Amino acid sequence: MPPTEESIEQLANKEYKWGFVTDIEQETFPKGLSEEVVRKISAKKNEPEWMLEWRLKAYKHWLTLDEPTWAYVKFDPIDYQDMIYYAAPKEAPQLDSLDEVDPKLLETYNKLGISLDEQKRLSGVAVDAVFDSVSVATTFKATLAEKGIIFCSISDAMQEHPELVQKYIGSVVPISDNYFATLNSAVFSDGSFVHIPKGVRCPMELSTYFRINAENTGQFERTLIIAEEGSHVSYLEGCTAPMRDENQLHAAVVELVAHDDAQIKYSTVQNWYPGDENGKGGIYNFVTKRGLCKGKNSKISWTQVETGSAITWKYPSCVLQGDNSVGEFYSVALTNNYQQADTGTKMIHIGKNTKSTIISKGISAGRGQNIYRGQVKILKGAENARNFSQCDSMLIGDRCGAHTFPYIDVQNPSARMEHEATTSKIGEDQIFYCNQRGIDTEDAVSMIVNGFCKAVFKELPMEFAVEAQKLLGISLEGSVG
Amino acid sequence: MLKIENLHVRVEDKEILKGIDLNVNPGEVHAIMGPNGSGKSTLAQVLAGREDYEVTEGTVSFLGEDLLEMAPEERAREGLFMAFQYPVEIPGVSNTYFLKAALNASRKHRSLPEMDAVEFLKLVREKMKLVKMDESLLGRPVNHGFSGGEKKRNEIFHMAVLEPRLAVLDETDSGLDIDALRIVSEGVNSMRSDERSFVVITHYQRLLSHITPDVVHVLVDGRIVQSGGKELALELESKGYSWLEKTYDSTAAVMA
Repeated sequence: MPPTEESIEQLANKEYKWGFVTDIEQETFPKGLSEEVVRKISAKKNEPEWMLEWRLKAYKHWLTLDEPTWAYVKFDPIDYQDMIYYAAPKEAPQLDSLDEVDPKLLETYNKLGISLDEQKRLSGVAVDAVFDSVSVATTFKATLAEKGIIFCSISDAMQEHPELVQKYIGSVVPISDNYFATLNSAVFSDGSFVHIPKGVRCPMELSTYFRINAENTGQFERTLIIAEEGSHVSYLEGCTAPMRDENQLHAAVVELVAHDDAQIKYSTVQNWYPGDENGKGGIYNFVTKRGLCKGKNSKISWTQVETGSAITWKYPSCVLQGDNSVGEFYSVALTNNYQQADTGTKMIHIGKNTKSTIISKGISAGRGQNIYRGQVKILKGAENARNFSQCDSMLIGDRCGAHTFPYIDVQNPSARMEHEATTSKIGEDQIFYCNQRGIDTEDAVSMIVNGFCKAVFKELPMEFAVEAQKLLGISLEGSVG
Repeated sequence: MLKIENLHVRVEDKEILKGIDLNVNPGEVHAIMGPNGSGKSTLAQVLAGREDYEVTEGTVSFLGEDLLEMAPEERAREGLFMAFQYPVEIPGVSNTYFLKAALNASRKHRSLPEMDAVEFLKLVREKMKLVKMDESLLGRPVNHGFSGGEKKRNEIFHMAVLEPRLAVLDETDSGLDIDALRIVSEGVNSMRSDERSFVVITHYQRLLSHITPDVVHVLVDGRIVQSGGKELALELESKGYSWLEKTYDSTAAVMA
């Protein structure tokens, strides 16, 4: 059969490939959130007093807030008392090698195709794997330690480098920042901590794989990356989650700090469970990510490929405080079936000669809704600030939607701003052309969409680029036919 | 190779092809000429498997198989190629990547091993010479930002790489200057063989002075009204289509 509009809608009906539950003993708290729970989390992690105070302050503030409603997404109300705020694999000792890891965990990683073992041997990627909330295996620590690089779970950092954590946590995303970030501040379970000392180039990509695995467990990851003067680091974050009927909340916070001449590259491939083809289930991904270009000539670059989650609410941003600092945001967001994504970035220009680039590619299929929301703000003191924004949307089928909400606020007349936006429909002509050369419709769509996203994929580290392309293919299966 | 019998095709409510018979043997080059709106491109699209065209009557067999039952990609993998009148742009997808995917889809279909990057590049370099294509066009996205002439040459380049059994060239000469026309024709001529057939659709005779057809058919108002040798094209050139249209109309009138 030649391709038709209707069949174009069918290409995305493959079962979620990563849908399985690992049968492993878990220690969990009862459902619900209270001051008691916050205290228990803190005690469980043996945190210093100031950390507990910080959490409690956040919790009390959170109680005064209302869930934000400005995003262009719809979902049933979240019952915050019907969630579990802490779950840890029961056997989570400090491990020195993979041999000590519970074999079932390793099996899980193998199912995900990210065998730590193999990565350790072959790819030179250090992995701090977060299984639910507690880090279970941290590799390459020794190599990194030689360079003075700290790469560990934030819980460990709290024990071993409390002064660094205390200095930086909440310095980019304060506890009062927004509803979900505040909630995270109160109850965050674990996450990654990276500190690159002055003048050091991190010799490998640092990578964390997140995975939700406990029934009804909200995931509240907290990541903090600090790049001291003249240092460089590239950090990869990839997620998959098992199939689930009930919605799960994922409210992470990521803070980046780049000092003078430092560079941080943060790449994400997000593939949380998107819900089934009828819109049932799926992850609510309400994430706050922000980088502070604190020093002069610093640079922070966000690259994200968002194919998963029922709802994505996420705006990785850059505060360009240092003179000549550079912020970049490269994004591919794909929504299929009933997925909704309201994503974009904020570029806040404070320093002189600051530059920002925004490249956003949104793809909507099925009944998916894709929203680009971005703010470029040039403050009074930001002489000669420059921004280039490009927002392209691609529609597959005729029941999906693409929306763009760019906000531009310029307070300095020397600023130069460019904004380009396009919307295109994946063409029957393009698909037929591919068909006529022997390429079937599914591959054709994947190829055309990948071509559309090329400007973003080339920003991804090699191994991630391949994964991202595959993900787009999988996520689009059934959207065309 | 290709056998069309009594083919009737409609688009929406309009009957475009009103009973076409055509038999193309291996190694033959058939030219199909005709005025605008006679149904030439419709015939090409139906052979390639374009939707929107409804076959109401008749049969088409290709290498003994029922062509009309096959999906467009199956037809391609079985060795049917169409050079598009308006080649489509695919931004962000490199010409090489695209062609490699296409070639390997066909090879897989024929149970041949997929070609690796090194072998493929060697093949591509060789074929590029056929159409005197600049190597820079390889890395560029498929037809994206190509000039009209480059697009047409790229079609012939695709054909050279995919080595089809039957190539349908849909007005490949339109929009080509005389040099490009020569290059395209040379590319086609170099591919002529006893096993490969061509259906060359064109409005003008000038392409046929470069690619010498074995048979020329004249399509008027959805019917082949005359077939002959290569001299027929020359005759048309001097007399114009109105000559045949008149003849045909009067024949039709007499028969009525």
